[in-house]
Amino acid sequence: MDPKTVRGFVGNKLSFSEVAPKDGIRMAAEMAPEDVVAIIGASGLRGRGGAGFPTGKKWEFARSQEGTPKYTICNADEGEPGTFKDRLILTDFPELVFAGMAIAGRAVGAEFGILYLRAEYGWLRDHLEAALERCRGANLLGKAILGNKEFNFDIAIRMGSGAYICGEETALLESLEGRRGDARNRIPFPVQAGYLGKPTTVNNVETLAWVPCVLVKGPSWFAAMGTRKAPGAWLFSVSGDCKRPGIYEYPFGTSLRQILSDVGAENAKAVQVGGASGTCVPPAQFDRTLSPGDLATGGSIIVFGPGQDMFAVAENFQHFFADESCGQCIPCRVGNQRLLEAIGRMRKDGLDTDGERNVRQLAQTMTVASKCGLGQMSARAFLAILNNFSGELPGRA
Amino acid sequence: MDSELIAVSIDGKEVKVSPGTTVLEAARAVGIHIPTLCHHDDLCSEALYSQTSSTPHQGEHSHQHEESAMLSTPSSCRLCLVEVEGLPKLHASCALPIHNAMTVRTTSTAIRHARRDILELMMSEHYGDCFACARNGTCELQKLCADYGVTSERFGRPHEPLFEKAEAGNIIVRDQNKCILCRRCVRMCALYQGVYALTTEGRGDHSRIATFMGREMQDAACINCGQCINRCPTGALSERDDTEAVWHAIEDPDKLVVIQTAPAPRAAIGEAFGCEPGTPLTFQMNTALKRIGFDKVFDTNFSADLTIMEEGSELISRLYKALVLKDNSAALPQFTSCSPGWIKFIEHFYPQYLPNLSSAKSPQQMMGAVLKTYFAEKNGWDPSKIVSVSLMPCTAKKFEAGRPEMDSSGYRDVDYAITTREMARMFKQAGVDVPKLDKTDFDSPFGTPTGSGVIFGATGGVMEAALRTVLEIVTGEKVESMFDHADIKPVRGFDGVRMAEVKIEKVGPVPEILSHLVADFEWLKGATLRVGLAHGTVNAIRVMKDIEEGGPLSKCHFIEFMACPGGCLGGGGQPIPTDQDIRAARAKALYSEDAAYVVRKSHENEDVLRIYREFFKEGPCSHKSHELLHTHYKERV
Repeated sequence: MDPKTVRGFVGNKLSFSEVAPKDGIRMAAEMAPEDVVAIIGASGLRGRGGAGFPTGKKWEFARSQEGTPKYTICNADEGEPGTFKDRLILTDFPELVFAGMAIAGRAVGAEFGILYLRAEYGWLRDHLEAALERCRGANLLGKAILGNKEFNFDIAIRMGSGAYICGEETALLESLEGRRGDARNRIPFPVQAGYLGKPTTVNNVETLAWVPCVLVKGPSWFAAMGTRKAPGAWLFSVSGDCKRPGIYEYPFGTSLRQILSDVGAENAKAVQVGGASGTCVPPAQFDRTLSPGDLATGGSIIVFGPGQDMFAVAENFQHFFADESCGQCIPCRVGNQRLLEAIGRMRKDGLDTDGERNVRQLAQTMTVASKCGLGQMSARAFLAILNNFSGELPGRA
Repeated sequence: MDSELIAVSIDGKEVKVSPGTTVLEAARAVGIHIPTLCHHDDLCSEALYSQTSSTPHQGEHSHQHEESAMLSTPSSCRLCLVEVEGLPKLHASCALPIHNAMTVRTTSTAIRHARRDILELMMSEHYGDCFACARNGTCELQKLCADYGVTSERFGRPHEPLFEKAEAGNIIVRDQNKCILCRRCVRMCALYQGVYALTTEGRGDHSRIATFMGREMQDAACINCGQCINRCPTGALSERDDTEAVWHAIEDPDKLVVIQTAPAPRAAIGEAFGCEPGTPLTFQMNTALKRIGFDKVFDTNFSADLTIMEEGSELISRLYKALVLKDNSAALPQFTSCSPGWIKFIEHFYPQYLPNLSSAKSPQQMMGAVLKTYFAEKNGWDPSKIVSVSLMPCTAKKFEAGRPEMDSSGYRDVDYAITTREMARMFKQAGVDVPKLDKTDFDSPFGTPTGSGVIFGATGGVMEAALRTVLEIVTGEKVESMFDHADIKPVRGFDGVRMAEVKIEKVGPVPEILSHLVADFEWLKGATLRVGLAHGTVNAIRVMKDIEEGGPLSKCHFIEFMACPGGCLGGGGQPIPTDQDIRAARAKALYSEDAAYVVRKSHENEDVLRIYREFFKEGPCSHKSHELLHTHYKERV
């Protein structure tokens, strides 16, 4: 399949098209590794996978670890429902991502990187391998990159097997090591003991694509795009009941209303921000802004038009989580299943006071007690829908 | 820096711990019990590494990483949640190592509610009634439900079984309707046993503990050691229940029901009656067995001593063949064959070493064979009416008793092998409170309790018993002249793999009983006898790898293998719970019995000497003993 044929609609101009990957690598090759970390830190770049952890800080931790070898991993297991921006980046800007990985390697002291590619993106593999070959041919990967004898870095592509949980970085590491994708305990963190027990950075595709841009154009260019608290811009995957679904780049601080207007969804009934594990925003809150302090996001916006049954939406999301829980911890494995059944029952019979108390208590326990982000986040959409759209349940009009 | 202690406040109590201590461990140190169903004291790094320390095979990097990945607690039950000041959400204390000062709360409304919800979620997929469960009363889930006041079924209960319980034919019985997926069984099987018979498969609601290709346990590459049962917090794993068949035999007036009792259960059965671990109840149990209707109670120590005579003679023959006759067919080192878990392990995983196994049957089977021959003849009993029962610390003994080849007398050597747990249940059904009973001796002619037999129950015990006998027979000197009180301490202890050597300075005349095997011992003069030991089959793997690579263990003459950690006293059929402290207490009980007995060497057991005078007249490893007391093994896939 030709990747270009499924690349999707791009709604506005993307910053990635303005930067040559080679320029980023050259700068890193000429800089001291700690300066690379400092620049990324100064830009305020945060992880684009959803958790929003400051990239510079992550690299600094990894850099300060004593263990060797270190590894740099690109998380291309883009599995959050309603998210497809990484696919576009891998299609249109693969060399930018590889440059980001090489720069990360230079920064933290890793000479080997792995791109963990979502199983469903298998058709991109040849395209990516070809791009890797081009990079190697141009000495942007390999030994003594761009003449710097201390800059060695190469990348291998490894395929996922289709589990959503493997987008969670510790489950991804388990998967890479050949075991089932179960989330690990988060102490030690991957930067301390990650792939094969060695210090490892795991960064999202988009995060890594921004890295050469920040080096080339400077941290202040990047920071100027967003707000003071949330510097930079983000790619959004917009889908659902709108006239112009596709990929859009927005600086942080953009209001949801602005985006809905751009994509032709002014009459939206609700918007799911951040994918299935994100939150569901009702019209009264459309003036909220997309930024870490307000509506945190994994880069996904799903629009629900006036005709949608919101508890059908909740049930659909819940079905996804019950299926995709790794099955390890009780609150997630059993909790998601019981919550799914409860949503089915309330859609049929409504929800009395006792039932509501139980289901809220269950959601609370899943949130505070689950082992990883999957179980901790999976009740969010349901709770938001229950809080804002409970009038849609039988007997609640 | 690592030696610096870190101050932690737990529920207002200050405690200083070394870096890396988990909050769960730190809390226990100040007497605060945090509930958990997936953590087990055996399955933490400290326990495992103390068990595998000083082994010649520490494994290459990747293996270590693999092991540490299995070691890290899955923190899957989430019951050990605590609050940490300054951190959002709740945190699993079993997976929270202390690296900085922290303030922890282990109880609060949020924590109690979360724990109760989690228990109710477990019950929402738990099919089966407590009263009909083998773990009623020892179930950890049941206890926590009581502690946390789980009285409602807010998240529902299944009214139909979700899984079929596969009982028929299986010694390890799995009932997935009661499984909470804590993975203790998976980790135990991998980390201590190296068998990997169990794994986790499937995702979300479909995830479950599984075998290769979903086979039943009897068809999986499982060694029946039962260590999984002993770690299971619920009734999801249990052994085949043979108690009903034994009751039936006892109540049949036409049957003569004879029981032999192995050493390890007597050091542990008290635990099922509220005694401290390490309370030996050997002779009280004899009274109890008589009271519930067994016609004869024999001591497996007798056949343990018989095993030493056969196995020791076999070793001397092999050494003679190899050293004097230069006959390559004598496989060395000779491996012990008492542990049926180990036997199935080598049959599955190292079949090329089957010639190294001693052909001597285990004590259980030897006792069974002589019961229905020698004993029956001597007492005029009809062997077809004898029901031979054994009390064992072991689930694999059920498999051994059922091996088709174990009937060379024309009758099954052993009809039923009962675990310590099953026996305790039988006593309770009969209203027998074992610790309160008077003492009764074993029955003659297999009733002389010997120290050499009793230590068979501990790792190193078979080797120590063998050395006591072999050294005395070969040197003609008292073993006390070589080791104080005949305690051969170099082979004792809990290190996973151990080695010891003894130089044979002088030799004596060949005793009459062995005169058919060798003419003299001159060829052993000045030789160094090297022996090795391993317990827990993961340590057996270390030994086998070392032998394959020509390491120090390949130079051994005799190696003792015990499938279970700690040997039989840590057997899979022993009372639950079992952990390192409990194993150590049971070992202490066995060694103190050994020290107290008059006869402490197999070749001085008068019952054993008599059977060679009256029955196996040609001596050990002769034609008749081969027919009844020896066997063969086969490769398994």
